[in-house]
Amino acid sequence: MTNEKLQQIAETNVAERKEYDYELNVCMALGCISQHSDRLKAALIEEVARSGKRCHVRQTGCIGPCAVGPLVAVSPTGTLYGNVQETDVEAVVASLGGEPVKRLETHLQHYFEGQQAIVLENSGQIDPEKIDEFIGRNGYQALMQTITQMASQHVIEQISKSGLRGRGGGGYPTGLKWGTVAKAVGTQKFVICNGDEGDPGAFMDRSVLESNPQRVIEGMAIAAYAVGADKGFIYVRAEYPLAISRLTVALREARRGGFLGNNICGTKFAFDMEIRIGAGAFVCGEETALIASIEGLRGQPRPRPPYPAFAGLWGAPTLINNVETFANVAPILRKGPEYFAGIGTAKSKGTKVFALTGKIANTGLIEVPMGMTLRQIIFEIGGGIPAGHKFKAVQTGGPSGGCIPEQHLDLPVSYESLIGMGSMMGSGGMIVMDDTSCMVNVARFFMEFCMTESCGKCTPCRAGTAQMFNLLTKICDCEASHADLDLLIDLCDVVKNTSLCGLGMTAPNPVLSTLRYFKNEYLEHIENRHCPAGVCASSRKPAIQRMVTA
Amino acid sequence: MNAPIDVKTLIIDGVDVSARADQTVLDVARENNIFIPTLCHLDGLSDVGACRLCLVAVKNSPKLSPACVLRVEEGMEVVTKSERLLHYRQTILQLLFAERNHVCSVCVVNNLCELQSMAQSQGVTHVRFPYRNPKLQVDASHERFAADQNRCILCTRCVRVCDEIEAAHVWDVMGRGIDSRVITDLMQPWGDSSCTSCGKCVNVCPTGALFDKSKVGSSRPKNPDFVPYLNMMREVR
Repeated sequence: MTNEKLQQIAETNVAERKEYDYELNVCMALGCISQHSDRLKAALIEEVARSGKRCHVRQTGCIGPCAVGPLVAVSPTGTLYGNVQETDVEAVVASLGGEPVKRLETHLQHYFEGQQAIVLENSGQIDPEKIDEFIGRNGYQALMQTITQMASQHVIEQISKSGLRGRGGGGYPTGLKWGTVAKAVGTQKFVICNGDEGDPGAFMDRSVLESNPQRVIEGMAIAAYAVGADKGFIYVRAEYPLAISRLTVALREARRGGFLGNNICGTKFAFDMEIRIGAGAFVCGEETALIASIEGLRGQPRPRPPYPAFAGLWGAPTLINNVETFANVAPILRKGPEYFAGIGTAKSKGTKVFALTGKIANTGLIEVPMGMTLRQIIFEIGGGIPAGHKFKAVQTGGPSGGCIPEQHLDLPVSYESLIGMGSMMGSGGMIVMDDTSCMVNVARFFMEFCMTESCGKCTPCRAGTAQMFNLLTKICDCEASHADLDLLIDLCDVVKNTSLCGLGMTAPNPVLSTLRYFKNEYLEHIENRHCPAGVCASSRKPAIQRMVTA
Repeated sequence: MNAPIDVKTLIIDGVDVSARADQTVLDVARENNIFIPTLCHLDGLSDVGACRLCLVAVKNSPKLSPACVLRVEEGMEVVTKSERLLHYRQTILQLLFAERNHVCSVCVVNNLCELQSMAQSQGVTHVRFPYRNPKLQVDASHERFAADQNRCILCTRCVRVCDEIEAAHVWDVMGRGIDSRVITDLMQPWGDSSCTSCGKCVNVCPTGALFDKSKVGSSRPKNPDFVPYLNMMREVR
């Protein structure tokens, strides 16, 4: 592969697109497929052939507003149809060149207005299984430019300058991590992409892998060049079969195109990667557990230091970044670090992909600049709370995060501000809750998750989460006393400070944050034996029975 | 010519001590008669940092570190005893007692148990948590030994000694979280497993989870001190 050849592929692809008058982009990410967008696409192809219109029906990755799927985007008019059924194909195809089909049109101007796409810029526009379409949208330009023109030290400088921080949750400066691995001594080095996204309500990494796998491969290849690695692994959880199959196709095409393998882009640089499929353990998102899992061992974390940057996979210096982090790399190098650093807040640069779920009108995938307030995200982009209910809290950061109440919604989103609110950025799941949610029950749900996902290696996480879960169950059953609450608070402190890995250290967070903002709900369960939201079973017991238990 | 030995000096509980660069804080503390409680650590086996009893505070470090895997550094200041650390250690021990069925009075290693003596040394007088009382199995299929899951604290010493010293790797861990269990082979009964009957696992087990059937009720202590000796004899000279 040479630069000229790359340009040529891109130009051919652009020319091919111009041969059509219209394009119908059918969302074929998991959310829409679950509503049979695959059958819809087949029906559209048939109907287009029958009509004789010069229209290209394309499968794409995630378009965004999953709530109104299956989605079909019409190009060049930009109309977005939602809830499209197989019976609608005639109307959709007939409308090409004329008036759009009114009843299928979505009205989501607010949803798209505030967003800014870097990671998702090609998502919903290209066929994730066709490398030429990716190249037609500046794909692999950054890799070509990097390995033919830049010294590895210079690449790391650019990433550092951009201010990119790890998108997996911790927010460790990416440039610093790359620099450490580059300086670590070792003849063999590895690059690992962490795609073991396991937070309840999070689907950012899945969507990126399903919608634009080549972007992640490009980012990993650039990282490998920068740190001096020649072998990579993408660790994807087995629950994402579509992402795995798209990645498999993408890897094959990237190898065929000469972007992986020996002599990449005609240089001495060699790099290849394999997919490793997780076996269904949340803890394998922790880097040392992930490494153990790739090595074929039981997926359990080990104490750090030594950090993977010095002694990681099979003892070799290893770079581990999240899917979204790698997806940010190519645009930074293509558009320059200044562009990226110009977006966001003082310490959190660029954009962040969030998965909006829960009691919110527009569930789906969004990408917004850092520094946007939670209120804008939930009420403008997300469309607020449906059906006349009242907002209560938003849960960010999955089981490691916390619940943020109404009074903090105007704080700008950044790594620091979320930690200040007792939550964390996490990988980007946002679960919105309204007044029908009981916060004690929410804390109990996350504690149950941590308890069942604990690997069992260290005592506080294994036995502590089980005890905390029992105490929370007792509170939910309206059978707890103040002493139980004190014990719970004390146990939170112990588990947080003595656990071995991040899972245990952050497991008390949902309890601590709900206690911070919704202590009255805990007290209501304890003192009045009543669940204010009417969720917990005991409060539905007849009053007489409640008096007996009291 | 021998490579020069790198020596570090550090402070543990206010005492100036010197150490080889490859030593852990636990090693150095024990050399200097500073007691740090441990359960999963055993001299001669690899360290896993799992029981969390040996957590110590290091000056200028936000997190507590397990002494068994903490490498010494020049000028390090370590505190191994404080009210906070004692509270954490007591709570961890209480969590272990409440996790399975530890009833000392009817245990085969009563008065010879590391968990029991550790609880005594750390001043655990009672358990604040409700006992979970899980229903667990006893595997007595082996002709000489028996495994009682009710008394296991998942320190994984048996797993490590079988793998690292006996090189049989009969023991391993199955399940996860609170449902973790040590198993022989792929959960075959111990008597049907590939066990070599060497008895090392029984000797290193800190509690009555693994015991010798012929010594039930006797006062013969376990002897876990053979491991460093075996390692020394096997070293290539």
